[in-house]
Parts: sequence; C-alpha cells; structure tokens
Amino acid sequence: MSEKISAEDVKHVASLAKLSVSDEQLPYFTEQLGQIIGLFETLGEVNTDGVKPTVSVTDQLNVMRDDIADNWQERDELLANAPETMDGYIKVPTIIDESEDN
Amino acid sequence: MNYLNESLNSIHDKLVNKELSATELTKATLANIKVVDKDINSFITVTEEEALASAKAIDEKGIDAENLLSGMPIALKDNLVTKGVNTTAASKMLADFKPIYSATAVEKLAAVDTVMVGKTNMDEFAMGGSTENSAFKITKNPWDTDRVPGGSSGGSAAAVASGQVLAALGSDTGGSIRQPASFNGIVGMKPTYGRVSRWGLIAFGSSFDQIGPMTRNVADNATVLNAIAGHDDHDLTSSNQAVPDFAANLNNGVAGLTIGLPSEYLGDGVDAKVKEIILAAAETYKQLGAKIVDISLPNTKYGVAAYYILTSSEASSNLQRFDGIRYGYRSPEAKNLEDLYVMSRTEGFGDEVKRRIMLGTYSLSAGFYDAYFKKAAQVRTLMNNDYTEAFKQVDVILTPAAPTPAYKIGAEVNDPMTMYMNDALTVPLNMSGLPGLSMPAGFSDGLPVGMQLIGRPYDEATIYQTANAFEQATDFHKQLPTLGGQN
Repeated sequence: MSEKISAEDVKHVASLAKLSVSDEQLPYFTEQLGQIIGLFETLGEVNTDGVKPTVSVTDQLNVMRDDIADNWQERDELLANAPETMDGYIKVPTIIDESEDN
Repeated sequence: MNYLNESLNSIHDKLVNKELSATELTKATLANIKVVDKDINSFITVTEEEALASAKAIDEKGIDAENLLSGMPIALKDNLVTKGVNTTAASKMLADFKPIYSATAVEKLAAVDTVMVGKTNMDEFAMGGSTENSAFKITKNPWDTDRVPGGSSGGSAAAVASGQVLAALGSDTGGSIRQPASFNGIVGMKPTYGRVSRWGLIAFGSSFDQIGPMTRNVADNATVLNAIAGHDDHDLTSSNQAVPDFAANLNNGVAGLTIGLPSEYLGDGVDAKVKEIILAAAETYKQLGAKIVDISLPNTKYGVAAYYILTSSEASSNLQRFDGIRYGYRSPEAKNLEDLYVMSRTEGFGDEVKRRIMLGTYSLSAGFYDAYFKKAAQVRTLMNNDYTEAFKQVDVILTPAAPTPAYKIGAEVNDPMTMYMNDALTVPLNMSGLPGLSMPAGFSDGLPVGMQLIGRPYDEATIYQTANAFEQATDFHKQLPTLGGQN
C-alpha cells in the first residue's frame, strides 16, 4: 500500500500544510496515508462523465447583505487570546531570522 | 439530580409546582456531575459559576410554565463557542481560548432560559468516532466503562446517557451525533444542513457540519430542536425555510407511512446482531401500520472515500486559521515567522487532525485535484440523486446507525482506515445534507444498538413522528446503564 504515497511526498504535503513530520513519525504517517489514498482511488471505478460536482447542499444562493461594519468593542478581550501582545498590538517574531545567512 | 428516570416534562412539572427552584435544580445537577463524571469524564469544563448565575436570574424572573426548557440544565459540546467560557474543541491548540461571542445555537438556548452546566469532551476538532482523539481526557461509555462512547460528540452522549443532564448539543459532520447516540442508547438528531445556524461552531467541514440535540427521549429532542432551529443572518447557509413545531406530529403514528430498507446498509461489515435488531425494528413498524419496502442506494459504498476526500479538503482549508498568531497555541521555541507557523501547528494539533489536514492538502494539490476533490464532489452528486430517487417512493429510510455496538477503548484508535470505514452508514446523509436521527432499537450483549431514521430535506417532523411511534411501542429507551454499581 505504501507505494500510493512516498515518504518524500508526505514531507512535501506536510510542508504545504505548514506542518512538520518527525523522522520517527514519517513511516507511520506514510503507511496510513497510503492506505487511505488507496481507498480514495476506488472512486476511479465510478463513471462520473458529465456529472456536475456538488460543493454545497445549502438551499441559499447568492445571499446579499449591506456591507456595514459591526463593531463589537471587544478589542481587549480579543487581544487577551493572542499569545503575545504589546501596546494593543499582537506581537510576532521577526519575519527574517537574522541568525541565518540570507 | 440524576436524570436517568426523568424527562423535560417531569422536571418541568417540578419547577412549575415549585418543588424545585432553578437554583436548587442547578445545584443538584452540579453535585451529581461531581460524583458521576469522575468515572465517565464527559466534561472538559464544568461551568459552575455561570450556571448558578443563570439559574438565579431565571428564579428572579420566574419559571415560564409554557416553556419546557425554562430553568433546564444543558451541556454543550466544546466546539460551540461560549462567550467568556473556555472553548477548546478538545485541542491543545485552543486549551486557553476564551471566545468573545457565543454560537447562535448557544444564544438561542440561553434565550429560552436553559442553564449551561458545562462543555463536553469530543474528538479534537470533531475528527474521530470514539472521543479518544481528545487532547485532554478519555470519556467512558456509561454502559461499560472499558468501552468508548463513540464520537465525536462522545462527551455529550455520555453525559446524557449517565443521567448528568437531560439534553446536550452535539455536532455532526459524518455521524458525530448519531453514532455516539447509538453507542450510548440515547436519541441524537442531525438536522437538515441549514436548519440550525453554524455561526460559532468551530468549523471542520463547512458544507457538512450541523449542530443537533442529544436527549433521553424523542419528544425532548424535538423540543430542543425547536429552540435552536431557524435562519440566522450570521450564517448565510442557514435556510429560510419555515420552522414548524417539530413536536406537533409526534403522536400521529406511522400508519400510511412508507419506510425504506436499503440493502446497502445491511450488507457486509454490519454486525449480525445489529442487522437482526434493525430487521426486528422494521417488523415493529409493519405491525404499527407502516409499509416496509426494500430500496437500493447504489452509490453508498463510495460514501466513505468521497466523504474523507471532501471533508479533509474543507478541514485543511478551515484549519489554516490556526497559525499561532492571533489566538491559540504558539510554540515557545519559534525564532522566525515560518517556524512559528510550523512549530505551533505541529505541536498544537494531534495526529488525527494532522492526518486530515495532510489528506485534504494532498487532495487539493496541483495534479491531484481532478482525480480526488472533483471526482469526490461528482460522486456526492450521484449519492444525492440516489436519495432523491428513493424519497419518491418512501417517506423515511431505516438503517443501523453504526455497524457495531461500542468497542473497547484503544481497540481502533491506531487504525484510521478501520475507524473511517465505521462511518459508512452515517456519512452519506451529510453528503446530501439530509436529516437523520439515531435512537435505541435493541441491545447486543448488554450494549445499546441504535437505528437511524433518515428523512427528506427539512422533514425532521416526520422523522420525529416515526421515531416516537417506535419509542411508544418499545421499552429500549427505558433500560438504564449501571453506574458505579448503582443506578
């Protein structure tokens, strides 16, 4: 089953999703994802020629509303959920790691 | 207060007759949770302070004799955001998250004077079928504490089944209300997609997710759905369809109704005893005057594959918001922005969530989109067509809610493929947005077995009518788990 997806592919997909997979977990994820992708491939036997895809089952289409801002006045409570703040702003680390050569 | 032998009606009478105040009821409920939940682990958070404050306010205003939910303690799955009250989705990612608003369903339950007593355990971000994927605790099945309560709404189901509350809300993306209802011998309804606003439900698969009630009996379930249904400007996929009184037809019986039995739901992979119980239920319906017909939903076997492609794709997109910046877990080790994203997500999410994100990312990635995502969305259309055809012939479809009764804790959690296949009987409804209810239909070696009743879009009322006829004719819902050697 594991030929459905290689360990390199798993690493690549993880990086696209901003995840990292440890060397220890790599064989485990590779095998499991391979099995599940094998299951996905069973859809290949269904004839879907000319069938329109369904991406939503809501009965509401193109609902419009006035574009009016609704200020909840909850800045402090929102910021309280941020991992790090300073002077009413959310604090993040430097975008470019200055310790690296780039 | 232990609710094992109670209903909304019986408790409401006590409140109206002033045998109990809302505050006394809430205190007794909290005291019982302290004792019972030590063995069950249904709750992530018990909201004692908030509960006593709401009960006090209700007592000051007085119990509304016309409102069955007035003063009633309820539990909420921990993926429903609650203003100022920790909401974790059972993830390390949100361990300390305090929402600044409440979900519409939560606001609506508060508006009819229910009392929130706590937030219940679940599979992380509702991904799983056993509640073992919680980052915080393992919930036990009250019927056998060595077994899982099902999932992902396992905490809500176990809280109701063990008599800690009469009603709880769950959410259902692929069976997460119905399967735990089945495993716990209670009633769980996944309403039609769009029936209940998803505003404030932490998103998993946005075109699949739906909030619904979990209760000890059918009538109570309809009462809770009455309170939470309806259009909401905050969720533009919520429907404008009129909301009927879901309890109005409860006692109309099933004479004249046609019930379909789909062969695909009773085939390989379904436990023999479960199958026997469902066929016996069909026989009960026949005796009650319903017409039973065999039907076919030929694309059912592709449901699991298509479902996992589509929901994983939606999940991989929905969960991009967890970036360690604005809220949620942030890795203390990250030195630059890229590391901050990757390390926060890698440390904050559990393995099942990572699997789904990776499966979704893979299914949506360049070169694979047509073979996976688009193909699955086309299969979704074919499955919808199967149901549309079937409902030309029948009013309700009867199936098992799960292929087996509750299994042992630890038995399947490391085998995602088996876990996914367990969802084969519940995911097709979410593909099509149809309403479905699970209710007690029998027992296998002392463990509850649920049956699933599927209805036409927005026809929850006929499901409740059909369910209530069975409940009145049987006593499966009256059997109780033995808790810590006592009832």
